[in-house]
Amino acid sequence: MRYLMFVATDPDAEPYDPAADDAEDWVAKHEASGQWVMGDRLRPVEDATTVRRRGGEVLVTDGPFAETREWIAGFDILECADLDEAIAIAAAHPMARFGRLELRPFWSDEDEQAGPKG
Amino acid sequence: MSPGERATPAGVRRALSDAMAGERLRIVAGLIRITRDWDLAEDAVADAAERALRRWPAEGVPANPGAWLTTTARRRAIDLLRRADVERAKLGEVAALAELASGADDLPQASCLPDDRLRLIFTCCHPALSMEARVALTLKVVSGLSTAAVARAFLTSEATMGQRLLRAKRKIAHAGIPYRVPSPDLLPERMDGVLAVIYLIFTEGYAGTADDALAGEAVRLGRLLVQLVPDSDEARGLLALLLLQHARRAARLVDGELVTLERQDRTKWDTAAIDEALALEPLTGTDRGPYRLQAALAAVHAAAPEASDTDWAAVVSLYDELLDVLPSPVVRLNRAIAIGMRDGPLAGLAALDALAGDARLAGYHLLPAARGDLLARAGRPTEAVTALEHALALAPTDQERRQLTRRRDELRGTSPAVGGLA
Repeated sequence: MRYLMFVATDPDAEPYDPAADDAEDWVAKHEASGQWVMGDRLRPVEDATTVRRRGGEVLVTDGPFAETREWIAGFDILECADLDEAIAIAAAHPMARFGRLELRPFWSDEDEQAGPKG
Repeated sequence: MSPGERATPAGVRRALSDAMAGERLRIVAGLIRITRDWDLAEDAVADAAERALRRWPAEGVPANPGAWLTTTARRRAIDLLRRADVERAKLGEVAALAELASGADDLPQASCLPDDRLRLIFTCCHPALSMEARVALTLKVVSGLSTAAVARAFLTSEATMGQRLLRAKRKIAHAGIPYRVPSPDLLPERMDGVLAVIYLIFTEGYAGTADDALAGEAVRLGRLLVQLVPDSDEARGLLALLLLQHARRAARLVDGELVTLERQDRTKWDTAAIDEALALEPLTGTDRGPYRLQAALAAVHAAAPEASDTDWAAVVSLYDELLDVLPSPVVRLNRAIAIGMRDGPLAGLAALDALAGDARLAGYHLLPAARGDLLARAGRPTEAVTALEHALALAPTDQERRQLTRRRDELRGTSPAVGGLA
């Protein structure tokens, strides 16, 4: 199964400690095992742009979808046998300590229900 | 009854209910493992039960009803899968069909791996599901309760519960929640949810809202867990608690009527179950979790030959310790009742008054029921009857309503002054 892992900030998490940020080792380890597909850091929400089309008109606004105290700081795409494997990989990521991670399964062709397309 | 003999409708229903109690969980758990389709597994078993009701009255109850149900459910699962296969032709379903067909005539004991049920339990209790969904799913799929009964256990509507169950099953499929017993390194953190769920299954059976076999099923699941994780103190604590409570079953139900702990004939308590519980481990010690503490509480009651011999000081002190690890309003309520036993009804009423404002207890029938008992013991029967009427209006089961009615009527009988209130 393929999961998108959102890497988000969390004001309630322990303060960020650059010395304990071993994200590069984490990527190297899981890339070697074939579980890490791709991923990257993202610029902060100050640099975000939201785009909508309403009544044929394109609306461009400054900032993210929703103003929250937490924002998405990066993402990784994981290829795992199941959720437990993805949870174990996520739990080993430094941002599990300094922020929070959200695992979202990719929409599969077998999912028969209709829903918004990515 | 021999095969082929015509069976009475009552005999068929009894045989079917016995067979379902014994085999339904095995069949469902095995079918989910093979097909990965929870609804299909439940539908196949429900269909098999319906067929039994149609065919057994004429053909007689089969010699091994559980094996009949297993075979029929597997055949039904094959039919359902083939139908889906024509539409979607999925590789996984082809493999599942082959496995189902190969085992279609097996006896139930041989037709699924011994831990399919445990696998099902750990999946139902996966932390990626909300706690509400875990308990609901386990009650529905593991215990086989109706959606309505699960809704009642949660004090919510059947429609809300149906949605919750649907979302939980979809999440298992879509999020990739595995169908297995967790690896040893994951086991400790996955145990707590399982323990909570099993205890709820037990109390659901204990409350008499569901099949009586439920409490026994919870004990069996507890034994299985202790077998699998023998070094988990809390798993042993849970099993001890279940056994000690279960030991009272013959005394707590007399002619189908509930008897309170205080009035139970303690010679009817199951000493083998009590001994099994006490042999599991010493229930004393430090850093006791909620199940060991509750087991220790039950052990205090088990040690008293008569209700009047109960060491209420020990009970209150255990509730104090329990409140530290499990600060729930129900624990507070039980502590107030214990204070009423240790220090007298007025002290108990004062402790209850401190709980009156807790919104979580609003609508909980045992709060006015406890109040009624304390008022009766305080020699205030008119107020006691009013409190019991209040409890009666909130009680969730007929059994509890009948018990509360008896207690109210007893009070009226001893108090002519309140006779006119009816």
